[in-house]
Amino acid sequence: MFGLDKKDTTLLIIVALLVFLAPFLLNPFPADSAMAQFNAGYPDLMQRFVIFGIFAIGFNILFGLTGYLSFGHAAFLGVGSYAAVWMFKLLTMNVIPAIVLAVIVGGLFAALIGYITLRRSGIYFSILTLAFAQMMFAIAYSDLIGRFVGTSITNGETGLQLTLNDPRILGESATPDGSIPLTNLFGWDMRSTYQMDVGAWLFQFNFGYYFCAVVMLIAFFLSIRIFRSPFGLMLRAVKSNQQRMNYTGLNIRPYTLTAFIISGMYAGLAGGLMASMDPLAGAERMQWTASGEVVLMTILGGAGTLIGPVLGAGFIKYFENIFSKINEATLHQWFSFLPDGLETFVVWVAEHFVGSGWHLTLGILFMLVVIFLPGGLVEGGQKIGGLFSRRKQADEKSKATKTEPAE
Amino acid sequence: MDAIILQILNGLDKGSAYALIALGLTLIFGTLGVVNFAHGALFMIGAFCAVTVQRLLTLSYETVDPTRTDFLGNPMKVKTPYIESWFGPEVGASIIEWSVPLAILFAIPVMLLIGYAMERGLIKHFYKRPHADQILVTFGLAIVLQELIKHYYGANPIQTPAPDAFRGSFDFGQLLGFDPNVIIYPYWRLVYFGFAAIIIAAVFSFLQFTTFGMVVRAGMADRETVGLLGIDIDKRFTIMFGLAAAVAGLAGVMYAPINAPNYHMGMDFLVLSFVVVVVGGMGSLPGAVLAGFLLGILESFASMNEVKTILPGIDQIIIYLVAIVVLLTRPRGLMGRKGVMEE
Repeated sequence: MFGLDKKDTTLLIIVALLVFLAPFLLNPFPADSAMAQFNAGYPDLMQRFVIFGIFAIGFNILFGLTGYLSFGHAAFLGVGSYAAVWMFKLLTMNVIPAIVLAVIVGGLFAALIGYITLRRSGIYFSILTLAFAQMMFAIAYSDLIGRFVGTSITNGETGLQLTLNDPRILGESATPDGSIPLTNLFGWDMRSTYQMDVGAWLFQFNFGYYFCAVVMLIAFFLSIRIFRSPFGLMLRAVKSNQQRMNYTGLNIRPYTLTAFIISGMYAGLAGGLMASMDPLAGAERMQWTASGEVVLMTILGGAGTLIGPVLGAGFIKYFENIFSKINEATLHQWFSFLPDGLETFVVWVAEHFVGSGWHLTLGILFMLVVIFLPGGLVEGGQKIGGLFSRRKQADEKSKATKTEPAE
Repeated sequence: MDAIILQILNGLDKGSAYALIALGLTLIFGTLGVVNFAHGALFMIGAFCAVTVQRLLTLSYETVDPTRTDFLGNPMKVKTPYIESWFGPEVGASIIEWSVPLAILFAIPVMLLIGYAMERGLIKHFYKRPHADQILVTFGLAIVLQELIKHYYGANPIQTPAPDAFRGSFDFGQLLGFDPNVIIYPYWRLVYFGFAAIIIAAVFSFLQFTTFGMVVRAGMADRETVGLLGIDIDKRFTIMFGLAAAVAGLAGVMYAPINAPNYHMGMDFLVLSFVVVVVGGMGSLPGAVLAGFLLGILESFASMNEVKTILPGIDQIIIYLVAIVVLLTRPRGLMGRKGVMEE
């Protein structure tokens, strides 16, 4: 189907089913039960799953295939968001032009930065992309371009927001009741949510989520096509031995640059979608922690595998959500069965990792994954699968999908 | 003329910090071949060593002073630091005042130990792994260290003042024959620059004039051959890692009075220090120091009001712009050697 072989078609269909049924699958606990805090089936979080899934899929095209470790990909996501919000401000609240512009702007910035940074590889490349991202963060955070041209472009620390005075040529500046219009797709409101009560369960079907989900499936499909194409093969060759590529007389720069631009466009798309769901853009989306997060998503899921980045993005966003919600009182409640002194101690230890300590957990997770599971969850799954079925096949497959960086 | 001298002086202290961090980064990269993304965190931990010493010295007990009352009419509680009760009020107060210089003594063993533990516990296992893994694991470590500091010291900057003796400013202009109060420069920044110069000189002479340094330099040039000669080069490289950590830590301790330490100062400096290393030339120690001072001074020139009115905000991106230009024209950096990081 769609030019995919049988295995890839199955994978695509499974992912599609999982994504479309997510409102059910992510809500396994009744709404009033104590376990309800582990539910993830509400629109905001599900949107984040798929948007960061797109971001990670794009990053994987660069890192997973070519082995070039970019540390500044959040910058493209950031410019995508800004571009989309500007489109909402100037043109219309329809998301299509915003997303198209976000993708184009993401790609343009990637072309510019890639042209310079791809002159070096390995560590140099990582450092340079990090430096560029920090530079763009500084520019956005203090609105340097805006100060230069005279009007605000990024609106500095506050972030870019919609106002009632925006022109919106093809739309309306304000709705009849005097509020800012909502983002929509030809009239379908992104925020409209259909709620379904089934017994004690509450399922929410959000239009914005399904829109993002469809976009993600298209992005995923494109990434499968890229992985299986001669171009993808060339990128893998760059990863496995760049020197040999050079000796055979191939100039690898156009290939790596194309991969960089594609992944920049994916990041721009993710940024545009993020702004479409919630029309604001801030500089903090471009910070190095955000770039580190997408690296972690890709590594955690399994760099160079098709499904890995999506898994990684879902995993991290889910646990971020759960961990940040837990506070000291919840912990005391959980560990109340322990003797008093022990309870205090356990809570004291656990407290480091929850709430605002989520970043600590993230850092530790990062280290553990890199140290013990370089192939990510996919490799872990294959290893466990191999243990049970004792087939050599799984082992060989994990070797074939292993990531080696460009030297 | 006076403005130019003033900007050069202003650039020196930031340049010193860049140079010290870049020196440590280059030392680690040159010896172990690892890019240490956690090096900024070491700088930050150094600064928090100063905070820790200040807090330890000001540990106090409360006593009730019956002669005075607070605004509610209750007897006033007076806090007395233990130090003051042990050494007498005057000596105690001056010890507290000198907490930042004293923190150096505290920071050296702490940073050596942290560096040693980092190398033996974590980085050792990553020599044979790809560079991407090394970057990622040290990046993860940087996040962990940063978050731990944030957890225990809070997210706000903590003031750590310099001793009173260094709090004033030095009228540099008068020395050179300008009018008074044209070129004034805080004493502590002068101290910082001198301190950085001493450390840089010490590191270079350690590598140049001691047998240990000679072996390390030989190991940097050809690790395998040195190993074949029966020298335990790994052990020496571990010590060099500890040394690099100590250099970063000391840079942090002394920087605490200039810029109140906060948990993310490390990463801010790290990114710029990487740029410094790239501009100076990967693997070149003199290049790192030179580029550090050059970029520090350049940054302070870019933050002059005259420049800012023409190009607003240039001070925040000038270093990156320079890095781009250098990289496009001299990909190896200012003093980079052939064969180092040439894919």
